[in-house]
Amino acid sequence: MWLVKLSWKNIWRNKNRSMITIAAIFFAVILSVVASSLQDGIFGNLVKNIVSFYTGYIQVHKKGYWDEQVLDNSFRADRHVTRKILQVKNITAVTPRLESFALISSGDVTKGGLVVGIDPAKENDITLLKQKLVQGRYLSDNDRTVLIAQGLAGRLKLKLNDTVVLIGQGYHGVMAAGKYPIKGIVKFGSPDLNERVLFMPISTAMDLYGADSMATSYILSVRDIAKLQSTAADVQSSLGADYETMTWEQIMPDVRQHIQADTNSMKYIQGILYLLICFGIFGTLLMVMVERKYELGMLIAIGMKKGRLAVLLMLESMFTVITGCVLGILVSIPVVYYLNKYPLRMGGETAKAYEKFGFEAVFPTSIDASNFITQGLIVMGVGLVLSLYPIYKIIRLDPVTAMKR
Amino acid sequence: MQRYMKIVANIDKEPVNKETVIDAHNISKVYNPDTIPVYAVNNVHLHLLKGEFTALVGPSGSGKTTLLNLIGGLDKPDSGNIYINGVDITQLSSGELIDFRLKNIGFVFQSFNLIPVLTAKENVEFIMLLQGAGRSERDDRIKQLFRQIQLEDKLDSRPAQLSGGQQQRVAVARALASKPRFVLADEPTANLDSQSASNLLDIMAKLNKEEDITFLFSTHDQRVIDRARRVVRLVDGKIVSDSAAVATEHA
Repeated sequence: MWLVKLSWKNIWRNKNRSMITIAAIFFAVILSVVASSLQDGIFGNLVKNIVSFYTGYIQVHKKGYWDEQVLDNSFRADRHVTRKILQVKNITAVTPRLESFALISSGDVTKGGLVVGIDPAKENDITLLKQKLVQGRYLSDNDRTVLIAQGLAGRLKLKLNDTVVLIGQGYHGVMAAGKYPIKGIVKFGSPDLNERVLFMPISTAMDLYGADSMATSYILSVRDIAKLQSTAADVQSSLGADYETMTWEQIMPDVRQHIQADTNSMKYIQGILYLLICFGIFGTLLMVMVERKYELGMLIAIGMKKGRLAVLLMLESMFTVITGCVLGILVSIPVVYYLNKYPLRMGGETAKAYEKFGFEAVFPTSIDASNFITQGLIVMGVGLVLSLYPIYKIIRLDPVTAMKR
Repeated sequence: MQRYMKIVANIDKEPVNKETVIDAHNISKVYNPDTIPVYAVNNVHLHLLKGEFTALVGPSGSGKTTLLNLIGGLDKPDSGNIYINGVDITQLSSGELIDFRLKNIGFVFQSFNLIPVLTAKENVEFIMLLQGAGRSERDDRIKQLFRQIQLEDKLDSRPAQLSGGQQQRVAVARALASKPRFVLADEPTANLDSQSASNLLDIMAKLNKEEDITFLFSTHDQRVIDRARRVVRLVDGKIVSDSAAVATEHA
């Protein structure tokens, strides 16, 4: 206990030096936590955007649908399948879709587009479709109306309450044709979706395509994103070999690669940050050893064992590092929360790049507690490993040499 | 002649049949043995009895500090043996030597070397904590030592709040806290003014007399030499005179 007291007193014998070291660790922890939270937050936001776009976290199709996306590869959407999916742990919601291509016409102009039959309420739970409404009202279950993407409406020169004509090929080759009033206009960030998608209630889509009770996919949402892969595997094994289960990462591999590339570059930045922390702490330790060389020699001379002296210096380093880390974590909490509530907004090329994917260039921080703990522990680990240096010096310390002025 | 008489008079007061505390045989310490050998200590014999108050004198570079380091187990001789209370410390490992020093030797340094963050009391207590002494034992010893060094009112003062003389008195108390076999003091009065040096010497002489503690000083200071009961003179690493030998011859 007296060693602990002595080490604490020793820290404050040179207040400026100790404050500089603690400040270096303090700022390192804040930087490290903010960088890590920002990275997690950006990617989390990216994934959330993707999911709320269109894909959902997990999709279930009839086996082979992803390779050949035609109505004939649809499956019977009965309650039995839905129940099986919902029984899988971590699944929070399921919604069916019936998707196919059709010619979409406004009279003078015709364009190819994607017609998506949805369960309006459930779809909104997962992909927040209602939030994308810029004009009109959202769909109801039995509506024989449609929601049209803003870009597509512009191309077809259509306005709210105009009628759109759809012509295409239905289930098993039947003719699919119909005309529907536009109940609402939705806007997507993704130019691809904004230029070609049209939504209608799934029952109306079944009528249009002659695909009674059929669905091309189930869109699933999950509670814990970290367990995405295992959840997808559980759904697959629950449904059997007639179905294929795909995560958003499989559906949009380009986004996944983008995240991985960004994660790697962030690792380099963090590596440089840790290196700076190392130099800061090591510089202080070197100063301590030079400054107190005589005293350490004297302590060995009067009978203090080197092991005890090493423990004393270790405790001093530990107190300094832990104080810096704890203060850093405490201060980084409000900083990270602030940046979560008022996220950074990018402009210029970065914003354009993100808009290509259809996302706003907004970078919120993640408030996941693990970021604070992990970064705090990493900096603490770095500090404690470096504090082994004085131990090495003490083991080699010769009291006579050390006490030479 | 007057100084010689003083030394002889002091030696006459030395009690007889005392136990041997330090017995150094033929010890030598050579620097640069392979190139130009420099004998810091050259074939020295030194025999100290319990209760001796001995000054090791000589010009700068004569080997006083090296000899003290060898006797104190801080350094190892290149040849010869040093027996402290019958233990040949030249055969001990560096870890064993640290333990041996803690239990047997008290050190007083020229520049006090108190731990600046500890109070006077804590500096003295430090040695006893290293020894693992219990609280009541520590408290009793501290009380006794601070009475002896006449600093009972400075127990809670930090070194920076004490004068040089007071700091050196606390250093003496620290050296004695472990109840050592003997105390080695390397130029203890070098950084003190006359009054402080005189007070310190009074205290050390009193401790020597009352508690029979063996002191070995290295010094240039005539005031210390005058108070010593035995003076060993070192030149170029060799003992050129030893008042104990003179006294023996006289006897």
